[in-house]
Amino acid sequence: MEVACLQRRFIDLTATIFQQEILDSQFTQLQQLQDESSPNFIHEVVSLFFQEAEKLLNELSKALDQQIVDFKKVDAHVHRLKGSSASIGARRVKDVCIAFRSCCEENNKDGCIQHLQQVNQEYYLVKSNLEDLLKLEKQILASGGSIPTMK
Amino acid sequence: MAVATETQFHVLAVDDSLLDRMLIERLLKTSSYQVTTVDSGSKALQILGLQDDQTNSPFVSSDQHDVEVNLIITDYCMPEMTGYDLLKKIKESSSLKDIPVVIMSSENVPSRINRCLEEGAEEFFLKPVQLSDMNRLKPHILKGKYKEQHQQQVLQDDSITSSNKNSNKRKAMDDEISPEMTRPRLTSSLTVL
Repeated sequence: MEVACLQRRFIDLTATIFQQEILDSQFTQLQQLQDESSPNFIHEVVSLFFQEAEKLLNELSKALDQQIVDFKKVDAHVHRLKGSSASIGARRVKDVCIAFRSCCEENNKDGCIQHLQQVNQEYYLVKSNLEDLLKLEKQILASGGSIPTMK
Repeated sequence: MAVATETQFHVLAVDDSLLDRMLIERLLKTSSYQVTTVDSGSKALQILGLQDDQTNSPFVSSDQHDVEVNLIITDYCMPEMTGYDLLKKIKESSSLKDIPVVIMSSENVPSRINRCLEEGAEEFFLKPVQLSDMNRLKPHILKGKYKEQHQQQVLQDDSITSSNKNSNKRKAMDDEISPEMTRPRLTSSLTVL
């Protein structure tokens, strides 16, 4: 595919992602931290986020599956997920986590289960968008083009 | 800023989250700091030489932990030993108390922040930490370095001169560093005249 076309798609995808607040300015910060001395930084950090998030979502699912829910434990996992998503700029995931924690504080099992569903949705949304974005970047670079800088 | 040597400052970063450790390391390296990251308060204390049986000072050392740390930046919420616990241990140690400590937290809890500042933390960063936050570290590092070199000067002077000189120096030590300070930069190996 032509470089210009790829770059166009990259710009459009980035615009959509930020418009919908799937990612926020924290992600832009991270992009700025990637340079020649650390060319794989984004890839590493994103991979780590996926790993951590999926582990936490698993733990949350198990914890909420119990007859008697340990809300402290659930809250600890959500707190962790909130931190990771904030660090990477996954805004919508972070926002759901904040609401999720309120349910934990209220020992509201149904609310927690609902929020777990929501956070799963938001996570997979940000995951697929990030994967598409990074794939486009790779293709652009492979075609000898440069990544358009946003803002 | 006139410095005698082109040494990089060394920051010890403590965070139980691997993701956050990766981030803070990148932020610090981008800002030209030498970085060591650890995942717990107890590991931090090990690096600082506090967990050992020997009483060692990291500044005047020739033992296994020949590591000089110019600033410690630590997460607040960590299992086992919180950032606050770590801060307390550092401030209680005669050899480590002058190392500036910065606390990071994802939660903006005023009572928590005040508690840390009262215990001697230089600053409190809200996570996620930004590149611009890195600019706030240097003044604390320089203040720490000044205290360290000043202490060494005092030790040296005590052994050769009268107490008269010392009272002036002790006063200066309590003052904030001002840009007009023209005191010559000392290296850790002082020459006794």
